[in-house]
Amino acid sequence: MMWFFLLSDAFTFSSLLVYYGAQRFSKTTWPNPDLVFQSIPGVVDSGAPLVFVGIMTFILIMSSVTMVLAVEAGHRRAKSQVIGWMIATIIGGFMFLGCQALEWTHLHHEGFWWGSIPDAEKLQEFFTGPVSNVAAQQFANLFFTITGFHGFHVFSGVIINIIILCMTINGTFEKRGHYLMVEKVGLYWHFVDLVWVFVFTFFYLV
Amino acid sequence: MSEQHIHTTDEHAHDEHAGLSKSKIWQVFFILLGITVVEFIIALVILPKGMIPRTAGNIAYILLTLLKAYYIVAFFMHLKFEKTGLKLSMGLAFIFIIYFITLMLIEGGYLHVHQTLHS
Repeated sequence: MMWFFLLSDAFTFSSLLVYYGAQRFSKTTWPNPDLVFQSIPGVVDSGAPLVFVGIMTFILIMSSVTMVLAVEAGHRRAKSQVIGWMIATIIGGFMFLGCQALEWTHLHHEGFWWGSIPDAEKLQEFFTGPVSNVAAQQFANLFFTITGFHGFHVFSGVIINIIILCMTINGTFEKRGHYLMVEKVGLYWHFVDLVWVFVFTFFYLV
Repeated sequence: MSEQHIHTTDEHAHDEHAGLSKSKIWQVFFILLGITVVEFIIALVILPKGMIPRTAGNIAYILLTLLKAYYIVAFFMHLKFEKTGLKLSMGLAFIFIIYFITLMLIEGGYLHVHQTLHS
């Protein structure tokens, strides 16, 4: 059942990304990601493109690994190891959400938000080609919508992980005789990681 | 003696719902990390120096992303070891998504031509 839910979720995300791609193809110019995302909030303001998002990607891949390790421990019915890896996964999820909050705050301070863009002078800094207000607005709307929708998935994933952690601690799966539930939640968590791989490529790299 | 012990625990981990062994998990992790590092090298070193054209860089990004997606779905999500029916239905849906994306990008390209012609 989880697979079919994930499939429908994949349709939702791909429709959002398809709209993003079609918009980008229909514009002559687009904000350059290397110029928009070049700060590490709280450390340096500019000159470090991709570093912060690289850290975020690493955190998410890492938490995906700890999740597989939890599933693997579940196969061996090693309760204490499942608990340990689940806690690590939850911490990773919270770290990712924290990073995303910083990223959003940073962009918001620069003037990007749903329905608002920085003034013309500041906007000049984000384009390598000619400046387009429409392209900048589309970029801002789509960035916040898509990363927001993904962040919401991460958030619900963390909540579900916490529930599973509590059930593991209570010994629910121990009584049930198998840890299949951990595996199913793991599927959802990997899916979130998978979506991020695509968001990362199409927003930050291309 | 100790070798035999490792063998039995390994076998235990593989019974019925054949899980991934720990070494395999870390192997996949390092592959994913490696691909991401390659993407960073393209973005931070190769493209700014103009060694390859922008389009080639984008194609490389997309191929590397699909490779990463394959590793996550096949190993972390365990699809590689599932029943053929499930694999087929997921694969088919994925092909339709790619087809739709291609269609919409072509559409976007026409929109671009159209708008430049009429402004």
